Amino acid sequence: MASFSTTATVDDPRISMGGGSTLPPVRGGGDDGRSGSPDYGTRLRRARLGLLVALTPILMLFVSFTSAYIVRQGLPTLDPRTNTLVRDWIPVKLPRLLFVNTCVLLLSSVGMELARRQIRREAALAPAASVSAASTGEEKKIPWLAMTVVLGLLFLTGQWMAWRQLAALGYYVSTSPSSSFIYLLTGTHAIHLMGGVLALLVAGAAS
Amino acid sequence: MATHGFAGQETHAHAAPQGFIRKWIFSLDHKIIGLQYYFLALAAVFVGMFLSLLMRIHMIWPTVALPLVGEIKPEAYLSLVTMHGTIMVFFVLTTAPQGGFGNYFLPIQIGAPDMAFPVLNMLSFWTTFLGFIVMLAAFFVTGGAPLHGWTGYAPLSALPSAGPGEGLGADLWIISIAIFCIGALMGALNFITTTLDMRAKGMSMMRMPLTCWAWFITAILGLLAFGVLLSGGILLLMDRNLGTSFFVPLVTVNGQLTGHKGGSPLLWQHLFWFFGHPEVYIAILPAMGLCSQLLSVFSRKPIFGYKAMVYAMLSIGFLGFMVWGHHMFMSGMSPYTAFAFSIMTMAIGVPSAIKTFNWLGTLVRGKIRFSSPMLFAIGFVSLFVSGGISGPFLAQPVLDIPLHDTAFVPAHFHLIMGVASIFGIFAATYYWFPKMFGRMMNESLARWHFWFSFIGTYCIFMPMHYLGMAAQPRRYSQFTELQYLAHLIPLNKFITYAAIVTIAGQLIFVANLFWSMFKGKKASDNPWEATTLEWTTATPPPHDNFGGRTPVVHNGPYEYSVPGAPRDFVMQSDPAIKAAH
Amino acid sequence: MGLVLLIIIWLITFVSTYFFIAKTWWLPVGASASAASIDHHFTITYILMGIVFVAAQVGLGFLVWRYRDRGGPSNKAEYSHGNTTLEIIWTVLTAVLFVGLNLMSSSIWASERFRPAEANAVRVEVTGMQFAWYFRYPGPDGKFGATKPELEDASAGGEGALGLDSKDPASKDDVVTGTMVVPVNREIEVILRAHDVIHSFFVPAFRFKQDAVPGLAISMHFTPIQTGDYEIACAELCGLGHYKMHGIVKVVSQEEFDKWLAAREAEKQ
Ligand code: HEM
Ligand SMILES: [Cu+2]
Ligand SMILES: [Cu+2]
Repeated sequence: MASFSTTATVDDPRISMGGGSTLPPVRGGGDDGRSGSPDYGTRLRRARLGLLVALTPILMLFVSFTSAYIVRQGLPTLDPRTNTLVRDWIPVKLPRLLFVNTCVLLLSSVGMELARRQIRREAALAPAASVSAASTGEEKKIPWLAMTVVLGLLFLTGQWMAWRQLAALGYYVSTSPSSSFIYLLTGTHAIHLMGGVLALLVAGAAS
Repeated sequence: MATHGFAGQETHAHAAPQGFIRKWIFSLDHKIIGLQYYFLALAAVFVGMFLSLLMRIHMIWPTVALPLVGEIKPEAYLSLVTMHGTIMVFFVLTTAPQGGFGNYFLPIQIGAPDMAFPVLNMLSFWTTFLGFIVMLAAFFVTGGAPLHGWTGYAPLSALPSAGPGEGLGADLWIISIAIFCIGALMGALNFITTTLDMRAKGMSMMRMPLTCWAWFITAILGLLAFGVLLSGGILLLMDRNLGTSFFVPLVTVNGQLTGHKGGSPLLWQHLFWFFGHPEVYIAILPAMGLCSQLLSVFSRKPIFGYKAMVYAMLSIGFLGFMVWGHHMFMSGMSPYTAFAFSIMTMAIGVPSAIKTFNWLGTLVRGKIRFSSPMLFAIGFVSLFVSGGISGPFLAQPVLDIPLHDTAFVPAHFHLIMGVASIFGIFAATYYWFPKMFGRMMNESLARWHFWFSFIGTYCIFMPMHYLGMAAQPRRYSQFTELQYLAHLIPLNKFITYAAIVTIAGQLIFVANLFWSMFKGKKASDNPWEATTLEWTTATPPPHDNFGGRTPVVHNGPYEYSVPGAPRDFVMQSDPAIKAAH
Repeated sequence: MGLVLLIIIWLITFVSTYFFIAKTWWLPVGASASAASIDHHFTITYILMGIVFVAAQVGLGFLVWRYRDRGGPSNKAEYSHGNTTLEIIWTVLTAVLFVGLNLMSSSIWASERFRPAEANAVRVEVTGMQFAWYFRYPGPDGKFGATKPELEDASAGGEGALGLDSKDPASKDDVVTGTMVVPVNREIEVILRAHDVIHSFFVPAFRFKQDAVPGLAISMHFTPIQTGDYEIACAELCGLGHYKMHGIVKVVSQEEFDKWLAAREAEKQ
């Protein structure tokens, strides 16, 4: 890009953008004055963007825990008794139940996606339905959203039972580094999920 | 709230909430929230400054009994250091430039009626406020405030038995920071969404004022960094209260086993500095953006290299996440890793240098008006250069051997991060005060304030370089124990005197601020003859910022002294400067 | 106003620079083999950065004065958005300067930290605890005996403070002192440990600093080249007594060192 000279005049200016785009933005626009609240499409777009942005710190939180886990796993520590570095990572044998829980969680993800499609279809059909009052497929409707919530709660219960099993085996939060990480990761994940279930309940109540 | 009753509040237009509480306390209006953040930071900066005054006095007169506080006990000194650093970094430098001015002016400068999520915005302020209260509470619990420094290195910060203040005080300190993280994350979310989604017609990214770019990039840094600090805080709290050993290996305090084993103190440092280094950019980027803006406005000249400025900020933001290890050269980290970090750190010096060159380039052949915001902007450039020069010393591991954890480090970071961004905050206050309160600040008081602050800052922090080279370690309350420090005591005395005078000088600012709020000269809508959108609207701006109009942008943000134009500035919303044939 | 700014900025610049150049306050006299090379690199960085500092500040002062608003219609600012060529030039220049400086110092860093201590170095274990330094010499067997955390008794000082296990045969000849004594012109290997929190072993005269981290035993080396007493400071915040956690390194001739060590051994028997 050439350097901008000082010769620009109002009659003959190079556009004063430092070479930047002069096109209006694709999205955006202060079309929504606060006197009337922004229309549904704008709100939806904004909420989606916000959610996407909000996922970043949550991701960072888990990345941070996970990298701490990986670092700690490979880390030798000084045994003052022998003056040598030792590795003291002893993995915890995980309860079988956790595998089942994982399947439940995957299933609930599927349920979530189906619920989303269903709601979108309904939203698309809504005007037609109100006009013709036709109950197209009303009877066959599967309550995917409710099922997702149930599966989520099932997962949380499963995790709780897994914690109980671990505790019964003598693995508490402070027992060993690996057990600390298990409780930490599953605990924060559970809180994360509770947030999700709560959001679904709100969504369910609203729809 | 302190914001109550300033001039011109009645101009708020339609649909504005009625009632004191909705309007001033739990307001959803980004402008009120911005002011709330600003006054929170103002309160915090006075607490922080007062603590630093006590520190400096204790260093020189350890036994003197002060009015109100009495004698400062030796054990209180480190608590003062810790709280001073923490309050300054979190509740001043992260709060005022971003939460305060960013909140107030980002939406207006991009032509939006509010932030994207007003409720979230309100929550983020009150969360931050709660964090501040919890932080202050640490002073008043048994054992007092923690003594582990603002960096909170484990195991010192993880063991209640490691010292007074490491009990409940330290828990409160961690909890406060965790609360702060959540507030900051909510804020960052709002800033990013607003910038991406709510720009007025014609306001392309490359037409945004550099202030908006700075707030936007700062928000991204915050979004990536605060989650990591939060995770570190959670682990630290678990180590302290649940008996886990993330950061604590097998240690004995006073010959007593603590029951921990196998943790890694370095893990905390990695997590902390992964946040900590971006944090210093969070503190300084808004000030950089603002000073770019002011240099252009008051030189009556377009900014030199707008694009380069944007790319420099972006690369600072990007590289800022790859240099955290430069705080750990002496920590026991692998020396090979240290070398890699040092190369990255030297690389990040480059965009910072570019910015400095461009600031100087903006002044060349300008027509400089020395209004108070400009004085502080010029002061900022000078401080930024002075603080920046010591960076390449600390960034080289070899030179960090003698300099690490000496007074050289506080000298460096106070100049480049601390006082430089404080200068940014001052400049912003003088610049935007007319828009926020409808009145001008007193110019001659402002000048006095500038001279006190500018000269005072150099008198305090320049000598700290000498102390550091002479190997005076930081976080020392007394210099009587080591013989080689004895000859530095006169210099330390000088610093204390300078600090007392400088801090006294800040009273001029407070007086001016509150006096002008009620008694200042009435301001016009565009007193500085600037081009950005906030100067197109009423003073103070109506509730929806533009009084029902929706601004349309036709020009870049820095069109000053356009040949042939009727005035020496073309506003962003003015008809477009005609395109080439 | 422009002129006042110029004067103040220049004054600050020249006064600060004067004290740097006059070395009124300066690095302590170097007394180790690496001090010379570190100081040399310090000086290079210092001169280059000093030039940048003075140039930038003097330039800033000059520009604000030269381009002040003089009033009148003839006084116009230039309408320019920058100059890409200049931009590229100074980007490249600073990149070369900064990265080049760092590469120049890399060989010093390598000899300080990449290279392990020589096999015949004098080994000393340095342990930091709130708020004292202890030094341990392995004795004729060249082996450090076991220490046990549960045996630690800070008030006992010396071996007691380290929790030395007297049952371990290797610990029989270990010498523990509160003052570090080392022979001149020999490489010293220090093995840094900490009992409670992080401390940092800082000997300004040796240009030596390294954190002592609990849970790690960090091995480092330095070579004193001048006899005398040198102060040790703690450079990492470790609690209340941080500012008084100091010690002394005594650098003596090899004979004196041998005599001293033999005397300590004899005391133990
Ligand atoms: C009134 C001006 C100020 C004075 C006189 C002052 C003085 C001090 C002193 C004496 C220390 C202790 C240095 C040490 O021994 O390590 C310190 C530390 C610190 N200051 Fe300031 N300061 C001032 C303003 C600021 C500002 C504006 C900031 C904002 C960033 C700041 C941030 C810090 C931080 C982060 C620390 C480190 C605390 C720690 O070591 O944990 N200070 N300051
Ligand atoms: Cu950093
Ligand atoms: Cu210490």
